[in-house]
Parts: sequence; structure tokens; C-alpha cells
Amino acid sequence: MSTNRVLMLIGAAILISLPAFTPAYFLHLLIQILIWAFIYTAWSLMGRFGFVSFGHGAFMGLGAYIPALLWTFWGLTPWLGIPIAVAASVLLAVIVGYPCFARRVVGHYFALVTLALSQVVLLSLVAAREITGGSLGFTQKTVGHSWYALQFPEKGYFYFIALALWLAGLWVWQRIDRGIGREALEAIGEDEDAAAAVGIDVMHQKMRVTMVSAALTALGGAIYGQYVMYLNPETVSGITVSLQIVFAAIAGGVYSMFGPSVGALLTLALTEGLRVWFGTDYIGAANTIYGILLVLCIIFMPQGVVGALQGIKLRRAPEGKPAVAKP
Amino acid sequence: MDIYLLEAIINGILLGGVLALLALGLNLIFGVIDVVWISYADIVMCGMYGIYFLYAQYNVPLPLAFLIGILGSACLGVLVHKLIISPVLDSPPLNQLLATGGLLFFLQSFATLLFGTDFRNIGVRLPVLEFATMYVSFARLIAFGVALVGAFALYFFLKKTYTGTAIRAIAQDREIVGLMGIDQRRVYLVVSAIGGALAGLAACLLALQYDVHPFIGNTFGPVIFMICVLGGLGNMLGGFFASFIISLIIAIGGYYSSTELSYVFAFSFFIVLMFIRPRGLFTP
Repeated sequence: MSTNRVLMLIGAAILISLPAFTPAYFLHLLIQILIWAFIYTAWSLMGRFGFVSFGHGAFMGLGAYIPALLWTFWGLTPWLGIPIAVAASVLLAVIVGYPCFARRVVGHYFALVTLALSQVVLLSLVAAREITGGSLGFTQKTVGHSWYALQFPEKGYFYFIALALWLAGLWVWQRIDRGIGREALEAIGEDEDAAAAVGIDVMHQKMRVTMVSAALTALGGAIYGQYVMYLNPETVSGITVSLQIVFAAIAGGVYSMFGPSVGALLTLALTEGLRVWFGTDYIGAANTIYGILLVLCIIFMPQGVVGALQGIKLRRAPEGKPAVAKP
Repeated sequence: MDIYLLEAIINGILLGGVLALLALGLNLIFGVIDVVWISYADIVMCGMYGIYFLYAQYNVPLPLAFLIGILGSACLGVLVHKLIISPVLDSPPLNQLLATGGLLFFLQSFATLLFGTDFRNIGVRLPVLEFATMYVSFARLIAFGVALVGAFALYFFLKKTYTGTAIRAIAQDREIVGLMGIDQRRVYLVVSAIGGALAGLAACLLALQYDVHPFIGNTFGPVIFMICVLGGLGNMLGGFFASFIISLIIAIGGYYSSTELSYVFAFSFFIVLMFIRPRGLFTP
């Protein structure tokens, strides 16, 4: 048995046994870290090839709100609501992605078009205030412990759901990483024309990875919504959430499988630690320091934490690759 | 035509003036330095706080407060360039975008830390003008006039002065200007200062109409990018016209539905137009 396999088994054993002896507060943090890690990983599926989307807030918003609204108003079980939300996100990704790719909207322009998309979803959620509660947010109808409604007051259940979700995200990452599509996508990220010239179906490859990324982000948003129960447009969609996704993924590093998860761990541990440290007296202090660290990270560690560590390990200059491939 | 609709259209055009000013600043910076400042609207927020504190808290006369606000924003522009943009000038464009995005987080949270999340108003109440039963905000009318004057002043500066010519030269060809004896770094600083000053001017005009709070940048920021991209990033004239197209959509949409939906229309219009003209409306 190789060392890697042993390490993975030990890691799995620790992760599975954690809820048995972890206090509820830390379990709550762990669940959030796992769900966000899943979403960041989903974003990085696109981001690592240089398709930097600022629109994942839109997919997360749809994913969180659709099952919650369907359940609260029509009593439709999330087991159907979540697939509907994922389908809606994929549809939105196709509606916006296809013309973007067909018309060669890349780089800055792609980032800003997707930014507009996340604002469209945010503002639509606020505008539909009769059903969504607008910017005040809304709380889902609670029924206590129920598999049918996917609601569990006990955090242990959600821990295992989040853990399964995260592992599934890593599995998808690995599938794409090891598949032939990865080389095609890297070629497209470097130079679309050259990629098309050697016979790569640019449109097919880009659409596929975009749809997978949007679907997973919506799924992550849905589970997040089921877990926190209270939804607010600002916390699940819009420019702030989109930037949060982009930053955390890049801070961790988008080139390695665990990079985005490390990003989730670091950013959530940091914001939570700073929040506890400063308490409620200094609202904003935590995010101020977070903002400074983000800027420093982009300037001095453009490959992310995992990338920088790997750079040191391999005795390679860390500026070998940019945080995200050139468009 | 419906009189209220006409009123909405006039107010929309007047709002377009301020947006045009901000679009000019952002386009100038992009055209010359080739960096998109995601946090541009948050510099406006800083300017508005400066004016609020000078005028409403320390009783500085309003014109002096405005002047200090503009100069302070210009200094902030230079500071942003020195501290954040210079180190990433040679990085890929998206890293530059992200560095200024980090600045957005920083400025908004720092303002929350210093000033709290209260909405603050400088307390200057300008009259509402009445023409033929239509109501037009005097503050908006002034803002529109000043924004136009600012835009023309910038135009003449770029056309008639040596520094202006140097700026246009860099925007045309970054590689060759060094051979012509132009100090690129100095021009970058001048452009950052002008960009900051335009944000400061916009802050003066907006402080007369809106309450300032730490997240006011999120209200204008995305709209300004949309305008710049719609006009063609770096194309100042395109951005100028695009401001009025977008502000009209927002005004007319707001008349027929709600404010949020009018922004939804504007953003959707932008996304669709990007598919039709991916390099901007006015880029050949």
C-alpha cells in the first residue's frame, strides 16, 4: 500500500469520526467549510483554464432559492426542488455561455458579462419581494427532523451530507483532470485559435465544463440553503458572493485538487477567527484585514497557497504560472 | 406623451451625466494603464465620506469641502496606483482585476469599521424645480451641468496640453512612447490622479443627491463597468454615449416597474448587446 493511500485512509477516518467528539460550534464551521469548498472547487473547474467567471453568485442564488421557494410555497420536496434548481442553473449557463463562447467574449469582457449576470439574479430576487422577502431575506418553512423536507436540526446529518458533497466535487475534479478534455481545455486557455486549428472542438469543451461548473455550484447553493434555512439575496448571490468565490479559490490555488478546499478552510477560519477576536465592537475589522490579505496574496502569491507551497517543495520559482491562465 | 414618463426620461438623462463622468475616469485609466479598477466606485464612496465629515461634522464651507474632497480623491488615486497597481502591472489582466477587487473588499469593510453602516446625509436640501407640472431635481440638474463641463475640460486637457498628448500617445502605443522621451511612470501617476479627481468630482455631485454608506459603491460600480464595456473599454466617447443609453433604460424601466427591475433590464440589455457587439457598441 502506498504512502498516499495510507494518508488518505487516515484522513477519511478522521473526517468520519469528527462529529463524534466535535462541539456543535466547530461542527457548524466544518459544515460551512465543506460546502464552500465544494462551491470553490466547482468554480475552479472553469477558473483553472482561464475562464474566470464572476457570475457564479447567480448559479448559487438560483440553487439556494428555487428549492426553498418551492418547498415553502408549494410543499414540493427538495428531492425534486434541487434537481429543478440545478437544471435551471445549467439552462442559464447555456443561455449566457453559448453566445459568449460563440462570439468570443473572453478575458475582461467575459468577467464583466458574468458580473452583470450575477447582478441580474441578485436584483431579480430583491425585486420579487412579495415571495422572496426582498433584501430582508426569508426563512424556509421548518418541520423539524425530516428526510422528505431534507431538514435536520441535528448538525451531524448535514456534516455527512456536506462531506459526501465535497468528496463528489473532488471526484468530478479528478475525472476532468485525468480525462482527455483537460489537455484540450488547457490548450484553449492558452490560445483558442491554435486549439481550434489542431482540431479541438472549442465550443463543446467550454460548454461542457461550464455546464458542470454551474450545476455543481447550484447544488452547493441548494445544500447551503437547506442547511442555513434563512436566505438573503446578498449572502447567496450578487457581486459580493461572486468575488468571494473567486478570491477564496485563487487564494487556495486553482491548479491543484485541494487548492480551492484549502482556500475555503483558510478564508473561513480567518474570517471566523477575526470575527471572534474582534467581537461585535468592531464590525468590519475582520473583513478589513481579510481585504488587505487578499491584495497581498494576489501581489505576492499569485499561485495561491497550495501553489506556493508546491513551488517551494519543488524548488521552483513561484511565479512560474499566474493565478489564472492568461485569457 | 405621458407627463410622468417625460419627467422620468429627463431625470434619467440628468443621472446619465454623473455616470458619464465616472465612465470617463474609468475609461481613461483603462485606456492608458490597461487596468480595470473594480473598486473605482468605492473611491467615490471615500470622497463622499470625506465631504460629509468636512461639511456636516467640522463645518467646513461646502465649496472648500468639495475642493478638499476632489484633491483627496486624486491623492487616493495616486496611492492606489503606487501601492496596488504598480506591483501587478506586468501580471496577467485577471490578476490585476482581482487585486483591485481585494481593494473593494478592503475599502468597504474599512469604511464599515470607521463609520458604521448608518446612512449619512450632508443635509443640503436643494429645491425641486417645476417646469410645466414636471418636477426636476435641482441637484441633478447641477450634477448634469458640472459633469458635462468636467467632461469637456478633460477633452481639452487631452487635446491641447503636452501631458494630454503624452497620455493619448500611451493609449495608442505603449511600446513606442518611451522612445519619444515620455516618462511612462509619470504619465501613469498623472492619469491615476485625474481618475481619482473625477471620482472626487462625482462624489461631490452624488453627495448632494444620495446618503453615503459603506456599500454605496455597489450601487454604482457594476453599472459603470457595464457602461464602459458597452461603449468599448478605453473608448471615452463610446462610454459617454453609453452612459445615457443605460441611464435612460434605468429611468424608463423604473417608471414602468420597480427600481430593481429597471437595473435588471439594464444588465440584461448589456448582456444581450455583448453578444451582438462583443467589443462594445461604438467599436468598429
